[in-house]
Amino acid sequence: MSILVNKDTKVIVQGFTGKEGSFHAEQCMAYGTKIVGGVTPGKGGQEHLGQPVFNTVSEAVAATGATVSMIFVPPAFVSDAVMEAADAGITLAVIITEGAPVKDMMFAKAYAVKKDMMTIGPNCPGIITADECKIGIMPGFIFKKGSIGLISKSGTLTYESANQVVKEGFGITTAVGIGGDPIIGLSYKQLLPMFEADPETKAIVMIGEIGGDLEIQAAAYIKEHITKPVVAFIAGQTAPAGKRMGHAGAIISGSAGTAQEKMAALEAAGVKVVVSPADIGKAVAEVMANL
Amino acid sequence: MNIHEYQAKELFKKYNVPTVRGHIVFTPDEAVKAAQELGGNIWVVKAQIHAGGRGLGGGVKLARSTAEVRSLAAEILGMTLVTHQTGPEGKLVQKVYIEEGADIKKEYYLGLLLDRALEMPIMMASTEGGMAIEDVAHNTPEKIIKVAIDPLTGFQSFHGRKLAFGLGLPTEEINTFIKFASALYKVYMDHDAEMIEINPLVKTGDGKFLALDAKMGFDNNALYRQDQVREMRDLSEEEPTEIEADKYGLSYIKLDGNVGCMVNGAGLAMGTMDTINYEGGKPANFLDVGGSASAETVAKGFDIILKDPNVKVIFVNIFGGIVRCDRVANGIIEATKITNVNVPIIVRLDGTNAIEAADILNNAGIANIVAATDLADGARKAVAAAKGE
Repeated sequence: MSILVNKDTKVIVQGFTGKEGSFHAEQCMAYGTKIVGGVTPGKGGQEHLGQPVFNTVSEAVAATGATVSMIFVPPAFVSDAVMEAADAGITLAVIITEGAPVKDMMFAKAYAVKKDMMTIGPNCPGIITADECKIGIMPGFIFKKGSIGLISKSGTLTYESANQVVKEGFGITTAVGIGGDPIIGLSYKQLLPMFEADPETKAIVMIGEIGGDLEIQAAAYIKEHITKPVVAFIAGQTAPAGKRMGHAGAIISGSAGTAQEKMAALEAAGVKVVVSPADIGKAVAEVMANL
Repeated sequence: MNIHEYQAKELFKKYNVPTVRGHIVFTPDEAVKAAQELGGNIWVVKAQIHAGGRGLGGGVKLARSTAEVRSLAAEILGMTLVTHQTGPEGKLVQKVYIEEGADIKKEYYLGLLLDRALEMPIMMASTEGGMAIEDVAHNTPEKIIKVAIDPLTGFQSFHGRKLAFGLGLPTEEINTFIKFASALYKVYMDHDAEMIEINPLVKTGDGKFLALDAKMGFDNNALYRQDQVREMRDLSEEEPTEIEADKYGLSYIKLDGNVGCMVNGAGLAMGTMDTINYEGGKPANFLDVGGSASAETVAKGFDIILKDPNVKVIFVNIFGGIVRCDRVANGIIEATKITNVNVPIIVRLDGTNAIEAADILNNAGIANIVAATDLADGARKAVAAAKGE
């Protein structure tokens, strides 16, 4: 078991024939992901990486039965691509592209919600179900199969924590990189219940960072609804206020969105919060030992 | 990206958001000419820097004669203005805005920004104009009225009415306020703004609303399609090292510690700073070298970190995923040939081919490179080196 994606998930790639799209689609296929085709307007009818290329997402869905789209189009075209996927009946769009304008995502997300399409990202590493399906740009080999669910705003911290979890003798069910932009798709609050419902997931690791209040919302949700142990790390305890720390959404505005307030809220919700990211693996081992 | 008050007011004028007439000047002579051109007998001399709190810091002053305009402009131009937003080092004032005086009856606050939880813009208004809105929000939150504006339908009159009645405006002023707020929403949306703040928004003796101050920030991701805004960028208001880093695709922010950090990925970069802090050290910077961590970008990263004289050690923390660690290790060795690094470099490479990478570093025979086994080990070694241990 896992959440959202598995070995049977059929995936198309928007921006399939571009440099990034090609490279990562190939890596995903090598991991075992069922990439059944791609979309590049104007290149319909061609074949790429042994799979058909379509002009529109609608055609791709009709011909392949794909339910998930991995989006690699340039930033200026992201909202169009997301809305096209939603319009074509895709149920989950994984948006890898970094640098999409916030206003565009505001419209694209509202449209996706209206069309019942879930989104992950933008500006994220994607989603991986260990040994089954990788939709994104993460190094697959780190994610050994196991019993820990992982939700993270940061790419490299996802790899760092998965690596620590594996070194402690555990593995991953599904890991989701939700991205660090001001407007993102699925967040902790939507993903936590999925992990709670997944029988294979025994504990959950959540990695947050400064800016916004998604982690605070998560804390409230955990307190009420999550029975599985949760380990959390919030990046940016030493970040100065008013400075954007790489991710567009990672900024403390005024006195809101600090790591300290998020850590306090999570701790109050019974989450095991680590101060140093080097202790994530150890904390997972501790909560697993107490199960 | 942020712009100056006078630039924000230029955008306001184009959208018929009423504001006060004024001219931007660089010398006291120009200031006098501007005052004469504006006419009247009262003017405001305003320092133009990218920071709030200019009035309290002595950067905004009232002049009652052109002679006073000259002396105040001379005083403010060239001063280092310190406000709660500039940090203790302050900011050099290079230009002032000369504005005509306004007949102020009452001051309000009006702002627009993205509400991340609602995923739509919100407009906020308050009767507590002229005060720091953070303080109002903290002490008297009931004095802030907020409306969320669904971008799919845009600003409606009811949004304006809710704010106007909330502010206690008399009925005959409601429509004037709605027109003002509606035009401001258009300025926000059309320019991919991240925030607009008018503090104060003033009501004049004859019942008009004027933007007496204006602050605007923009979404950097959208600058590619905002030519007019991009041209308003004032590089002298930004950190030179941050600008240089940006040219090479590096994301750098200077901090006040002595452990230099070079990391791939923004989250891990913040996490590395936190780990250094946890181990008893102080990070000197945030630096995300991005995905590839090639010899050139690593060398540039070393250059930028070493511009800070406080740096006693550099901690390179790379989690190699798609990029193999052995390649990164060779890149680091290559980088030390491009840039002379005279402080210890602690290198932690984990992920693909991490063991081979450690061998490469250990066998390179570079005295100041020390390999670390994991994040905690690297942070401990870096902190120890910074303390001279």
